[in-house]
Parts: sequence; C-alpha cells; structure tokens
Amino acid sequence: MIELDGLRRTYRGRGRSVVAVDGVSLSVRPGEVFGVVGRSGAGKSTLLRCVNLLERPDEGTVTVDGVELTALGGDRLRAARQRIGMVHQHFALLGSRTAAGNVAFALEVMGVPRRERARRVAELLDLVGLTDRADAYPAQLSGGQKQRVGIARALAGRPKVLLCDEATSALDPETTRSILGLLRDLNQRLGLTILLITHEMDVVKRLCDSAAVMRDGRLTESGRVTELIARPGSELAAEVFPLGTPPTLPGSTVVDVTVAGPDADTAFVAELTRRFDLDARILGGTVEQLAGGRAGRLRLALPGDAERTAPAVAHLRAAGLAVEVAA
Amino acid sequence: MIADDLVPLLTQGLRETAYMVAVAALLSALGGLLVGVLLVLTGRDGLLPARPVNALLGLVVNVGRSLPFIILLVAIIPVTRAVVGTTIGTTAAIVPLTVSAIPFYARIVETALREVDRDVIAAARAMGANRRQIVGKVLLREARPGLVAGFTLTVVALIGYSAMAGVIGGGGLGDLALRYGYQRFENDVMIATVVLLVAFVQLVQVVGDVITRRLSHR
Repeated sequence: MIELDGLRRTYRGRGRSVVAVDGVSLSVRPGEVFGVVGRSGAGKSTLLRCVNLLERPDEGTVTVDGVELTALGGDRLRAARQRIGMVHQHFALLGSRTAAGNVAFALEVMGVPRRERARRVAELLDLVGLTDRADAYPAQLSGGQKQRVGIARALAGRPKVLLCDEATSALDPETTRSILGLLRDLNQRLGLTILLITHEMDVVKRLCDSAAVMRDGRLTESGRVTELIARPGSELAAEVFPLGTPPTLPGSTVVDVTVAGPDADTAFVAELTRRFDLDARILGGTVEQLAGGRAGRLRLALPGDAERTAPAVAHLRAAGLAVEVAA
Repeated sequence: MIADDLVPLLTQGLRETAYMVAVAALLSALGGLLVGVLLVLTGRDGLLPARPVNALLGLVVNVGRSLPFIILLVAIIPVTRAVVGTTIGTTAAIVPLTVSAIPFYARIVETALREVDRDVIAAARAMGANRRQIVGKVLLREARPGLVAGFTLTVVALIGYSAMAGVIGGGGLGDLALRYGYQRFENDVMIATVVLLVAFVQLVQVVGDVITRRLSHR
C-alpha cells in the first residue's frame, strides 16, 4: 500500500548539511499497522513527511496505493494528498473553528458540497465518539478529544492510508491507550493502513503489526514485530522488553531468552530442569500479548559455567528461541 | 461653556475627521492585508518564496514607515493630484493618510500571520489545500484576532495623523484645535476638540477590543 524506495532527504544549512533520511526503503502491506521507532533526531518525522510529500525527497520514490506521488505535482499531488490522512502530535487544529468546523474544513478543501458536508461531519465525529462535543472549540477540549478531532478530520477524504506523526506523544498514558484503541479499531473496521512514527514502545506493543527501527536516517531493522523481537541482537526487542545490564553471578550463566509468536508459551523453564537438571532462576522479564502476537523476553540464571550450560542453550535455540548468553 | 456657534464647527470637524479616517482605514485595511499577505507568502519559509520580491516589498514598507507623516503629507502631493485630482481638502488628505497607514498595517498583518501555528499550515497542506485555501481559510482566519487588534491600532494612529491634515486644508478636529485653540487662543475649542478626540479613540478601541475578544476562542 505504501512503497518507499531509496528515499534521501538532506537539509542544507549554513556551510553544513544534515542527511535526515539516508536511503530508506520500506513497504507497508494493505491493512497493516507499521511503526517506525527511533530516538528524536533519527529522521522519523522527515521520513513521514516525505510520504505525503510535505517534504520532497531529494532522491527516491514514494508510491501510495499504486500512485507514484514523487512523479506528481500541483493539483494532482493535492488530489492525491486528500486520499492520505495525517494525524499530528500537537493536533494542529484550527483554533478559530469548532470540532465540527475543523472536520468541515477538510471537506471544504476537498470541495464537498455544503449539504453533504454537514452529514459527513456528523458521521465522522460519530466515528471517533465525539458527537456531543461538536460545537466545542479546540481550547475547550482535552488532549484526547483534540486528537479525536484530528483523527476525524484525517478520515474526511475516506483515505486508505493514515499517517500518524507521534499521535499519542503529547497525551497521558490513559488517553494514549484510548487513542491507540481507536486507531486499532479504525484499522480493523475500515481496513485502514497505518504508518506511524513514535518513540513510545507502548505504541509498538499495542498497535503495530510491523515495525522498523530508525537511527541516523537509516532503518537498522525492519519486519513483523514478532519476527523482529525473536531475531538475535534485535534493537527493537531490547527497547520493547528492556532487561538492563546483566548482573554477574559467580557460578551461574545469565541468558536472555526471547520468546515470540505461537511458541511463546512453551514451558521451556520447566524443560530445562527436567532434561538438563538445571534449576533456572528467573531474574527478570516480561511476556505480553502484543498487537502482532504474543512475545516477551526473560532473563534466566542457569547454575554452572558456560560449558555446563551449553547443551541447554543449544536445545533452546533448536526449539526456535532466541537465546543470548549475557554474562 | 461652549458657545452656540461652536457646535456646528465641532460637528463639521468631527464629520471631516470621521470621513478621512473611515475612508483611509478601509483602504489601508485592504492595502495592508494585501501587502502583509505578500510579505508572508514571499518570505523565506513562505508558501511562495521569492527573495527579491520580498526584499523589495520590505524596503518599500520600511521607507513608508520611516517618513514622518507631516513630511509624507507634502512630499506626495503630486501623487495626490494624480489620484484624486486635487491637492487640498479633506478628500486630498485621504491619500497621504492611506499611504502612511498601509505599511503600518502591513507589518502588523505580517506579524499576525506569522503567529499562525506552522503545524496547522502543514496539516492544511497535508489535506491537499491549495495556496488560496491556506491563505483564506487558515492564515487570515486563524489570525483574525490579531488582525482586528492591529486594525484598531491602525485606526487610532490614523486619527492621530488626521490632526495634521489641516496643513493641506483637510480640516477635521485636529485642524480645528490648531486654528482656533492654538492660533486664536480659544481654549474652549481646544478643550472641546481634545474631549471629542479622546472619546473617538476610546470608542474605536472599545469596539476593536470587543470584536477581538469575540473572535478569539482561547
């Protein structure tokens, strides 16, 4: 649904230039929620703004729903943008218009006739559960309500694709959950494809089917969330399920086991005891139900040195688990 | 105590001031909005960046702003003649008043438009809005409280400038105060005009404030 190929975007300042996006290619399947994660300054925002050409990439192509946007300009580009919704971190609502007025604005831009506008506005506000606040100005709305208006507005053009620029980063945890729930619901009910950028791992956990990690303008890993997490040495796994610095326990070997996908419930801890006579102690970890499947990471202390525990580690790996010997 | 023959004098002065200020304000609003929008559009991060146009426009505005009104009044007499066909009288005074108020209001418009949240402009672009829609439905509309407050400021400045219109026979309250109050030592005329001017400015300011408050939804 979204194909980015070899995108590069450089900012030229006085005497120096910064490569914000450095040769990024990615592909988002129809109906998928794809998250790009990374620290601030990694180039996520620029990447997202390249998708609807708010920023025109210096190199590379952007194709959305079969249309190569990078080949368009003027009216045809504007028409294409109307079919791509965008949600902003700080909501970006018109302060001079009510919630209904903000949604109507998107329809006005698209040239929807007045009579139909009123009907569509009501429909869209209902979709995001904000019918009772239609006549409130943004200044009278809470952050979560403002973002609901932002989402309703983004859906005005019946888009197949929604771009979310840190859509929940300005919201408190509870509101974040309700907005993520709404996005998930829209994704499922409308078959909406969502490309989002975030620095919040919670968003990846709760919403994303696939993800990519961005660092210094490049994607360092990319794929289905459960697959990425299971991949040895995955940055995403370490970010989503942080285990911290491994302790040194004399006489023990510390291993980090990543579980993901349908095998995530395998009773491997008990198996270690039974088959290898190793009484594994759990030092820390999490196993959770993610949007993309069940996954988690556990840190275990196995009695004995590396040599003693090697067969057990090999067995776990053979069973499809990602195991790293941490200390 | 105000003599009976003073009333028609004051009425006429007030009428002349109101006429000059009203017409000049209307024209300045249009001119100032146009120039202000152009300054923002052609500016560095504008929707239609054009460095040379922006620099030239900025220069013209600055020249207009730096000329003292009393000098502008006489300096542009040829322009006045070309525009209204006469160089003296109330209508003739409208030309220099407008010429001086346009750059004044243009800078205010520019500042007000630059205050509009860049995210909102980006959002409008992302929705596929064209430049005209962004200027009309986003920039000008979002900036309305600032535009009205700035216009109020401009009208008050025009009332002040209009006091000098007497130099080219423009009449008005200021002229009345100078001719009767200053040159003929008629203090009652002086006091009456000052009171009227203060009341006039006050009225403009109050109306401006009310509209500004109505327009801002914070």
